[in-house]
Amino acid sequence: MNLLRDSLLVAGKDLRIERRSRVALQQILPFGGIVLIMFGFALDPDRGLLARVAPGLFWTAVLLASLLAVTRAFAIEDTNNARDGLRMAGLDGAAIFLGKAAAIAAQLALLEVVLGIGVVVLYDVEVRGIVLLVCTAVAATIGLAATGTVYGVLASGVRARETLVPLLVLPAVTPVMLGGTRAFEAALDGVPSDGWPWVQLLVAFGALAVIAGIMAFAPLLEEG
Amino acid sequence: MSVRLKLLGVASIVSLAVLAVLALAVAPEDARQGDAYRLLYLHVPAAWLAYLAFFVTAVASALWLWPRTRSTTWDLLAGASAEVGVVFTGLTLVMGSLWGRPIWGTWWEWDARVTTTAVLFFLYLGYLALRRTGATAAERGKRCAIAAIIAFVDVPIVHFSVTWWETLHQDATVFNPDLDVQFEGFWMPFTLVWSVFAFTLLYAFLVSARLQLAELDEGREERELEIAIADRIRSDEVVPV
Repeated sequence: MNLLRDSLLVAGKDLRIERRSRVALQQILPFGGIVLIMFGFALDPDRGLLARVAPGLFWTAVLLASLLAVTRAFAIEDTNNARDGLRMAGLDGAAIFLGKAAAIAAQLALLEVVLGIGVVVLYDVEVRGIVLLVCTAVAATIGLAATGTVYGVLASGVRARETLVPLLVLPAVTPVMLGGTRAFEAALDGVPSDGWPWVQLLVAFGALAVIAGIMAFAPLLEEG
Repeated sequence: MSVRLKLLGVASIVSLAVLAVLALAVAPEDARQGDAYRLLYLHVPAAWLAYLAFFVTAVASALWLWPRTRSTTWDLLAGASAEVGVVFTGLTLVMGSLWGRPIWGTWWEWDARVTTTAVLFFLYLGYLALRRTGATAAERGKRCAIAAIIAFVDVPIVHFSVTWWETLHQDATVFNPDLDVQFEGFWMPFTLVWSVFAFTLLYAFLVSARLQLAELDEGREERELEIAIADRIRSDEVVPV
């Protein structure tokens, strides 16, 4: 029970900082939005094409924005030795990991809802298979947030962190990109049965990422 | 350079020269692919070497993490092996591309093996970048060991999802004759086995040389620190406690 309470404590702290600083709301969210617009320019607003590749564009935008969210989640601990504070707060490493991952996941969920609406409006996508869409998004978000948190702490406090995180995270989350895109395609094409196996893959990936994070986080947070 | 290392270097150069003769002159042409198939004798051992290198990196990282076997050497070995692995992964991709052009008609095919290798290349480029971010030896060892093991676990998952994705595009693969070669006679399989042997020797040489260099580098840093401290004590005339 302590684990849950502590995780919520950490997640609450991170989300409170985000609510007050408004970086997620005023920077990451608009970034995702402009990426969607850029795809429109890149692919020419030929609506047929945009609608057809919308799942891939959606997940690319989410992935790019998630890199910002991950970097941000660890940047908030850079000033005033906040990392030392977190380390010495007597919290379990697993709880800190779960809390930070949950805060990132919550921000990504909001981002996905907004970008989802953006895709529907801008690319003229007809929403179908809503259950599959939601399950895919939940499973993918857990995998993204957990992987991002692991690599975020791996790169925290080192030189050139901002440029390192994208290089570490993107190849690692290949399965999320593939699974999310295929499952969304299946849902939008009206053949959800093709999509559920991908959801299983996403769930397995998410579970592994969470386990890896729980195991690796405590030693990574400690100093030298 | 120690005598053993020199011998290893000479042995790998000689075996690579023998490989060149075997692959270009002795091994017969392939019935379907003609001379183009000879890239096999570089492509296959390079790919083997890349996987071997990343396996060694993962094992060395695990040995570093295990408290009883922890030693800086394992960390440096993991780094040295990953460097060699990344170079040969890159070579594998380039040679596969050069081979694919005459046989497949394209430089790049979104084939499961090719795609996984490309992702692998970037995963370990990230690992090497992480190694260069400057931290204490212990801090670097810990971060890199964990990153290496996560990358190693991630590779099969990536491969699985890419394979699955690729099987959905059956229409594209129908036109792709496999690069696999029909082995005939003695010299074709022998040359392939020899190529793997020669590249493994080359791997042993490159990693040993790189490891030795890294150890010297570590020693230099420590010595420089000691000299700097000694200078400081002398110039300030501070009595060490």
